[in-house]
Amino acid sequence: MEPMLVATGLRKTFTLSRKQQQIEKSNQKVKVAVDNLSFVANKGEIYGLLGPNGAGKTTTLRMLATLIRPDEGDALLDGISVVNNPDAVRSRIGFLTGELKLEDFFTPNYLFDFFSDLHGVDPAVAAARKTELFEKFGIDRFAEVKVANLSTGMKQKVSLVISVVHDPDVIIFDEPTNGLDVLTAKVVTDFLLELRERGKTVILSTHIFSLVEKLCDRVGVIINGRMVACDTLPAVCDGMSLEDRFFELYKAHVAEEV
Amino acid sequence: MKNILTVMKKELRRFLGDRRMLATLVLPGILIYVVYSLMGSAFSDVMGGTEDMEYRVLTHNLSPTVATITEQSGLNITYVACTDCAEEHSPEAIAESINEGGYHAYLVFPENFDESIATYDPALGLPAPEVKIYYNSSDADSATAYSTLLALLDALESSMTNRFDVNMSQDVTFDVASEEDVTGMLFSMLMPLLLVILMFSSCMAMTAESIAGEKERGTIATLLITPIKRSELALGKIAALSVMSLLGGLCSFTGVLLALPKLMGGEALGAVDASVYTVSDYAMILFIILSTILVFVSLIAVLSALANSVKEASTLISPLMLVVTVVGVSGMFTGGAQSNALFLIPVYNSVQCISGVFSMSYEPLQIILTVAANLATTGLFVVLLTRLFNNEKVMFKK
Repeated sequence: MEPMLVATGLRKTFTLSRKQQQIEKSNQKVKVAVDNLSFVANKGEIYGLLGPNGAGKTTTLRMLATLIRPDEGDALLDGISVVNNPDAVRSRIGFLTGELKLEDFFTPNYLFDFFSDLHGVDPAVAAARKTELFEKFGIDRFAEVKVANLSTGMKQKVSLVISVVHDPDVIIFDEPTNGLDVLTAKVVTDFLLELRERGKTVILSTHIFSLVEKLCDRVGVIINGRMVACDTLPAVCDGMSLEDRFFELYKAHVAEEV
Repeated sequence: MKNILTVMKKELRRFLGDRRMLATLVLPGILIYVVYSLMGSAFSDVMGGTEDMEYRVLTHNLSPTVATITEQSGLNITYVACTDCAEEHSPEAIAESINEGGYHAYLVFPENFDESIATYDPALGLPAPEVKIYYNSSDADSATAYSTLLALLDALESSMTNRFDVNMSQDVTFDVASEEDVTGMLFSMLMPLLLVILMFSSCMAMTAESIAGEKERGTIATLLITPIKRSELALGKIAALSVMSLLGGLCSFTGVLLALPKLMGGEALGAVDASVYTVSDYAMILFIILSTILVFVSLIAVLSALANSVKEASTLISPLMLVVTVVGVSGMFTGGAQSNALFLIPVYNSVQCISGVFSMSYEPLQIILTVAANLATTGLFVVLLTRLFNNEKVMFKK
């Protein structure tokens, strides 16, 4: 197996405001969101980051997507450092998260062309890709409707398509099925499986066990910013259901900290 | 370079396709024209009155001399002698004839007025013959009739003791100010203030919307994960916003240019006319406007990048509006020779240059300094904006 993304010793801290310190009843000015996090995602696999809310999943993904810089550590994407060469990394990854919105004013059709241009995709290739992806997700029916007038599910489909306009090698999805109905969620998970078929590396974060069990080849469990387990799905589960195993891990690590 | 164009095209499409945004650009120019035209015609109505108005004045013992000079001076006054009354009217009767009888004034001369004034000697210490003009000050026409009669009688009185005249010759223009001078003075006083305020406000709404708005809605993050450079994003946005603001600025400029002569009474007075300026004067103004808009857009862009929402951006920008206004007002007072170094201060230099061009007393060096200083300032702000786009604490403050 060929490693595609290697994260080593990622650490990210945030400064707490005084009010936040009072809420958390601590005197520490700095909150460690991600602490010494390392993992490897291989080519052609779906890697899942599993953890409760606030565990540091999104922060980790944002570091991988070069939106924020790690305080310590680095991640190499096919040998390219996210810290030292973020522009090059950006052209190789697709990032989908709720915080990346599309401008209400434009139509899916225009936005696809716009982002293809920004990624420097050849116009002919972009046009063929647009036809294929729009058809697959049924976007062709509302390609000329402004984003403002689309439903949540439609918007998520458009965001998804836009995140892969440049056919990236690594696709990073933050909670890809959040807020979607079962039908749309199915379209999304099918697409993830298809990407794996095509040899892409998919990294996704979620707190939904069934999604991990259904999709992921390997899984990392994050609790309070630390990686507490990282292996293939059967190895992490260790004969239990993922849910039971997760609670076991959670109890052990939270109890340890208290 | 290609990415800058792509970003620029997207921004232009965003604003050109938005009717509300376009309206905020074009409306100030149109509004200022309409408002100033209305104000101008209102002023000239009040000042000039209605020219062909005929005043009807009821008289008692009308002096033949006064009747003659009224006719000679071509005033539109018709004297109606009160035939059936031997004595002066009572106050009630006067009020009635002025308010309801269709008369504008009631003019009363003493008996044998012409002889009395011919023989009157102030040295004797006797009271002078008195003429009475009754009128209604709350009625504009009556008030005008009163002042016309008063001026006529004053002229008659002064002609009787005439020793010398001042500026009496009708065929000589004593005011040597040319049309250019009058226009120059007016435009150089008002233009800088109006232009900087209008330019600033046309930059304000769009820039805040384009940067703070995109940040607020999370759409800028989508741009930030594409491989384009932050500097390309900054330049593309500033270029597009400048084009749009220039459009707005030119609309406002045209509006003001057409409106100022209207404000000053229009063609009737003939004193203020924007056509006294040459094409090169207007080209200079265009350069100054463009460089000033670049400064405004890039400055507001930096502030908008620091803000988390459009609302917050407006709060940050509004104090600047005050500063700009104050600097704009400075164009009204300063004048004469100034150190060239002052033309390196952005905005102030623009105000001085606009004032200079309109008063036709500018030096080309000052304009060059102004444009260069403004471009340098813009460059500085673009670098700053790029840094802010690169700063995760600023861009993803959550």
